[in-house]
Amino acid sequence: MNSPRDRRTSAWVAQRSDDWRDLESNLAEVEDTGRIEGRTALRAVHRYPEVARDLALARRLSPDGTLARRLERIYARLHRSLYRPATNLRADLTTLFRREIPEIAHELRHRIVVVAAGFAIASAAGWWMVDTYPGLVGLFASTEAVERVQGGELWTDGLLNVMPSSVLSAEIFTNNILVSLTVFCLGAVYGLGTIYIIGMNGFMIGAVFAFTARHDLAGRLAEFIVAHGFVELSIIFIAGAAGFSLGEAIARPAHRTRTAAFRRAATRGARLMFVCCLFLVGAGLIEGYVSPNPAFPLPVRLAIGIAYWVVLLLALGAFGPLRTTSDQRGSKKRVRGVHQE
Amino acid sequence: MQATDELHVQSVTGVDLQLRIASLGGRSYAFVIDWHIRTVAAMAWYTASTSVLYQEFAVSQPDATFWFVVAAPAAVIYALYHLILEVATGRTPGKRIAGVRIVTVDGQVPGIAALAIRNVLRLLDSLLLYAVGLTCVLVTRQSVRIGDIAAGTLLVYDDSNADTEGFNERAVARLGLERAELAHELLGRWKSLEPEKRQTLARKLLDDDTARSDAALHDALKELVR
Repeated sequence: MNSPRDRRTSAWVAQRSDDWRDLESNLAEVEDTGRIEGRTALRAVHRYPEVARDLALARRLSPDGTLARRLERIYARLHRSLYRPATNLRADLTTLFRREIPEIAHELRHRIVVVAAGFAIASAAGWWMVDTYPGLVGLFASTEAVERVQGGELWTDGLLNVMPSSVLSAEIFTNNILVSLTVFCLGAVYGLGTIYIIGMNGFMIGAVFAFTARHDLAGRLAEFIVAHGFVELSIIFIAGAAGFSLGEAIARPAHRTRTAAFRRAATRGARLMFVCCLFLVGAGLIEGYVSPNPAFPLPVRLAIGIAYWVVLLLALGAFGPLRTTSDQRGSKKRVRGVHQE
Repeated sequence: MQATDELHVQSVTGVDLQLRIASLGGRSYAFVIDWHIRTVAAMAWYTASTSVLYQEFAVSQPDATFWFVVAAPAAVIYALYHLILEVATGRTPGKRIAGVRIVTVDGQVPGIAALAIRNVLRLLDSLLLYAVGLTCVLVTRQSVRIGDIAAGTLLVYDDSNADTEGFNERAVARLGLERAELAHELLGRWKSLEPEKRQTLARKLLDDDTARSDAALHDALKELVR
């Protein structure tokens, strides 16, 4: 090692090595514990450009060499530690419920109406089909359920003798959450998956109501559904709307790229679905404890159903002023500024 | 579509970060390990809890205890394995073993929301025995599945220290940077090289023409570098 460049390189490596080792040990501690002291964090911030400079030099001296690779790893770990997003669950949840959910629900309101209308049309079609050809009810209901309705009772009668409310609730809300998330996710297939599930569910409900109406049991079925149905159906519509927004992002991304539009739709839809899933747990509990229990008269069921639905609407910001994000506020100010000029 | 090997992350320092993107192989390896872990863990829970509570595996009359103590935890272990571990520890054991980690498209650590989204969209990726997810990984530039596209995440190979371990400033002081790196690389690949070739290279680096054995040359080189 005789050249001046070698000597300078060697001196530089010798001078910086202790710092790199110290940094590696600090990073290992942060990665193990997930915590960092203020002083260490500040030192890491100061070291970040120093390591970047070292890395740039190492890349120039020996691209893809051992030293450059070692410094790349230190630099990557330091970058990851410094740019780790701050987690403040309480603040995040407050922002979600107070600002983001009302805003997303507002944005999806037209699609929710369209999905509800589609569901109603499918239900009407299901009703017409079974009302006209009653034998086709076998496509939508089990033989046992059909026989019980023909015998003058609903398949939901005596449900609590078969299964305790707690198990029934858990089974129902798990299934409903899974169905809602599937409706949302399948929207990514240009909305076709969402159309299929919403359509089939609407068709099935219409068909079953038509069949029970032929045996004068539709009123009792409605009485069973009323306590949990408002929220459950609303959430299916919301999931459908969120699913459609996924499909629309791919089919018509507007001014964004398809990837960016899909990412935005998925992020916003998933936030809404998170809140919906919480409500589905409540709806499942109502369906397990209230709906099959004959001790609850119709007015009480109706009151529970409507009250819970109003809570859902409140959570979606249906009755409050829409809080816009800082981005939107900024753009509105800019627009006003342009007009004033 | 041509897959990209590296994710270039721009930094405020002006020096880009280069992260190697995990390909189908790395992803599949991690998934297979995780699938086995979660399946075995869920089955172990089911087996242990049914044998303790009912003294039989096939419970003929499932009651509330069965659903809440046996079935629900087993289902949670299987279904929420990825989400819980990724949120709690940053990655699953399978990813740790496969040497991959999840980062955002900006090279940062993903937040809870991003992790939740990529796991919810797993419903779509897992359709047709994961054929949807696999196809998506094959055709996308950054080898990502639909859940990753939605969440803005991707898998990169982890920054293991294995190939730079033992390299230090003393070697650079003795040999200079280029020769020290060569010697380090030679030591790392010693066993995979033919004896004549590695001995010739070692002698050149050691400036030593004496007839030393293969093991002696290896030790001398190790002494010099590490």
